[in-house]
Formats: sequence, C-alpha cells, structure tokens
Amino acid sequence: MTDIVSSPISTPSVPWLERVQRVVTAFAIPLAFPAVLVLLWHLASTYELMPEQILPYPAYVWDAAVDAIVGGDLLKQISFSAGRVTAGFIAGAVAGLVLGFAMGFWHWLDDHVRPLFTAISQVPTIGWIPLLMLFLGLGEALKIVIIAKAAFIPIVMNSSAALRSIPPGYLEVARIFRFNKLQRLRLVILPATVPPVFTGIRYGLTKAWTALVAVELLASSEGLGYQLNWARQMFWLDTMIFSMILIGLVGFVMDHILARIEVRLQRWKLTD
Amino acid sequence: MTDTLNAPDRHAGRKSLNIPRGWRLPILLLILWQVSSEFSLIDRRFLPPLQDIVAAGWKELTEGDLLVHIAASLGRDIAGFVMGSIAGVAFGTLLGISKIADRFIGPTFHGLKQIAVLAWIPIISVWFGFAESAKIAFVTLAAFLPVALNTIEGMQSISPQIIEVGRSLCFTRRQIFLRARLPSALPSIMTGIHLALIYSWLATVGAEYFMAVGPGLGGLIISGREHFEMDVVMLGVLLLGLIGYSLNKIAETVEARLLRWRDG
Repeated sequence: MTDIVSSPISTPSVPWLERVQRVVTAFAIPLAFPAVLVLLWHLASTYELMPEQILPYPAYVWDAAVDAIVGGDLLKQISFSAGRVTAGFIAGAVAGLVLGFAMGFWHWLDDHVRPLFTAISQVPTIGWIPLLMLFLGLGEALKIVIIAKAAFIPIVMNSSAALRSIPPGYLEVARIFRFNKLQRLRLVILPATVPPVFTGIRYGLTKAWTALVAVELLASSEGLGYQLNWARQMFWLDTMIFSMILIGLVGFVMDHILARIEVRLQRWKLTD
Repeated sequence: MTDTLNAPDRHAGRKSLNIPRGWRLPILLLILWQVSSEFSLIDRRFLPPLQDIVAAGWKELTEGDLLVHIAASLGRDIAGFVMGSIAGVAFGTLLGISKIADRFIGPTFHGLKQIAVLAWIPIISVWFGFAESAKIAFVTLAAFLPVALNTIEGMQSISPQIIEVGRSLCFTRRQIFLRARLPSALPSIMTGIHLALIYSWLATVGAEYFMAVGPGLGGLIISGREHFEMDVVMLGVLLLGLIGYSLNKIAETVEARLLRWRDG
C-alpha cells in the first residue's frame, strides 16, 4: 500500500489520495467541535465537576444506546413512533391535499372555509392536545388525529395557494395548443404546482414529527417520546440524551427522504 | 369550473341570506353545537353549551385568577423571547460573518436543530429543575433557533458586490458590517424574530404543560383536563389562539414598519 502511494509514477492513486484528504477535511472539521464538547463533557464527569445525575459519563450514553440497539427495544420504540407518524401524516396529507386543491379550484369554497380554517390554524397543535384528550381519550386515535392536524395545516395552505399562483401565461399556452382538460392537468397544472405543494408536504412532515414527540411525551405508553419521558421520570440521563439524538436523527432522515423525492419529481417536470 | 363563469358577480350573492360567506360555516357549526348540547344530543360534559364557556370565562376572570395566569404566561413568553432573540442574533452574526466559526460550529448547530424542540423539555427540566428558570430556558431555546438560523442566512446571502463597493470606498470592517451586512441581513433577521415570537408562544404553552407548577395558561388547561372541566379547557384553548393571533399581528405591524426603508 505505502509503496504505491509513495511512488511518484502511480498517478491513478493520487486522485484517490486527494479524495481521502477531502473526505477527511469534510468530516474532521465539522466533527472537531462536537469532539471537543464530548471531551469537555468527559473531563467534567471524570473530575466530578458536575453531579452524575446532571451530566452522566458520555460512555454511559453510549452503553445505553448499545443496550437499546442490541436488546431490540430501540427498534420497537422507533417502529411505534414511525407507524404513528406515517398513519397520521398520510391521513393529514390526503385530507390537506383534497381540501387545498378544492379551495384552489373553487372560490366559493375558499370563501366559505378560509376564515374557519384560519381560526383553527391559529391555535397551535399543542393547544389541541388536552381538548382532544377529553374527546378521544388517550388511545391511538388521539395521536393520529393530532399528527394529522399538524400535517394538514401547512399542506392546505400551500396547495390552495399553488393553484392560484400558476402563471396565467402557462394556461394561455395550453389554450393555444388546444390541450384538453386532461392534458392541461397533466402537462401544465400538475408540474406547475409540484414545487409549492411539495414544500407544504415537507413542512407538514416536520410538523407531524414534532406533534408526535409532543403527544408521545404527554400521553403514551410506547414510542420515542414515551421513552424520553420515562427516562426523565427515572432520571436516566443517558437514555434521555440518547433518545433526543434519535428523535433528531429520525426527523432528519425523514426530511432527507422527502427532499430526495422532491428532486426526483422536479426532474420529471423538466424532462417530461 | 362553473364558478369561474360566475366569478364577476360572485359578490352579488343571492337575495336570501346576506351573511358574509366566511361567517356561514362557523355560524352553522355554532348553531349545531348549541342545539346538540341544549337538547343533550351529545353529552354536555363533552360539548358544554356556549353560555357555559362564557360563564366559565367570567368566573375565572372575577373569582379565579385568569389574569394572573395570562400575565404569568406572557411574562415567560416575553422573557424567553427577548433572551433567545438576542442570543440568536449574536450567534447568527458570528457564524454569518466568520467562515472559521461557521465551518467548525455550523454543522453541530445544524445537527442539533434537527431535534424537535419539545424533546429538550425533559433534559432542561433535569438541568434547571421545575422552577420558573426551566420554563424560561426552554422558551429561550425555542426563540433562539429560528433567529440564529435566519441571521446566519441573512448575513451569508449578501451579494459580494456590495462588500466590494464597501472595500473600494475604504470602509473599515466595522463600517462594512454596520452599513452593508447588517442592513442587508435585516429582513431575514426580522423574519427570524417573527418566527421566534410564534415559537416562543408555543414553547411557553409546552413548558407549562410539562412543568405545570405555578400559574400559566398551559397549567390552567392541564388542570381543567384533569378535573374534566371542558368549559375551562375550551376557554384556555380559545385564549391560546387569541393571544397567539394578537402576537402575530403585532409582529407583522412592527416588521412592516421597520422594513419601510426598503420601499421608500
């Protein structure tokens, strides 16, 4: 190995080396700061600058993570949370798209529904939780409804605005080409509305995930939010920190997947 | 589709009812609500008649301490909002103008912001106890994030030509910052502060739910739920929405006024 790298003739290995260097700088610099933090954290707990109940050893957090992963408990909690968020999000997204597009198409519907919708969206999702707890109890229905509501609001807003914001020129061109209704829908309206609608969907998913955490913290007996709340009651800081990291990670992965889909859909728009 | 044809005389309306369109649905729902609870079609405990909610509001206002609850919530909200915004602008400015800081701290910050803000509540309550300081710390965090994020974006999105002009006019670094970077980042910072106002109100309520010690609207709602006082819960939710709405309106007005120079 070293032989090839050091020999000046082997030019093909140089870009390879450069790439390694680039990867190292791309990861080393962003990771330096957290590494320093973890080191400080470790030193603080080693020299007992902080009581262990307030700041556990970083190693304990790691152990808690390993335990949860190996024990299979983690997978169970994640699948509970992911299942809820998927069900709630799909329900909210479908309802939101239907209402949003309907409001975009028909002015009279918009006129009738908009003020009520605005009033409902003014009360934050977290405000609805205690009220709905009284109506729906603490079961699964409560969680799905809360998550669906959280996703519903931004999706309605964006999809109703999307139809209105199609440049009139596009529709004019469609008229000149004598597109029929289906063609107009497929070739003009859908592609033009994809970007704003998708922004709404992504935003809705973020909201749904936050709502899931809220509702699981308040009323649940399984899932990531529950695990977090349980850890708080038991003063297990290691599990708590680990759960927080997971909540961030799952949220990030979901948003990332949607971002990928968004790029794909836009590409279809450009090529089709 | 037929609607587009009728669009011009949309506002002429039909002769029968002259209620504005936006009011029809809410009024219909309220009538349904009132009728079904008057005739006990739905258990009154779930859907108390409207006058009960008004009565609950009046009772809380005169006998209870509704105003104390509202004042306590608003106090927390504003304290956290102010501290979080100041910290956010300072942190965002640092990352916005210093490449080194951005490269080292930026990724950590962007990673941490992925954590849903409510997930911080347990750890904050362990670190700060259940006292007032824990709630304010949480609201501060919730206000900090959007301000920091928008400040970074605003500072970084300045066009290089403007800085070049500043350089060629022999501006000092301080002058470039005060006369070019800051004004051009201001709209973005204002957006962040506006978001922070909304988020900090959410966070106030969230903090009061989970750390329901002491007065506050969130605590009022939670205790209403525990005692199954639907009217109190509904009153609380209504107030939540109203206060959030007013805060939003105030922010919009202030924002429009502060950014007036752009249009002038």
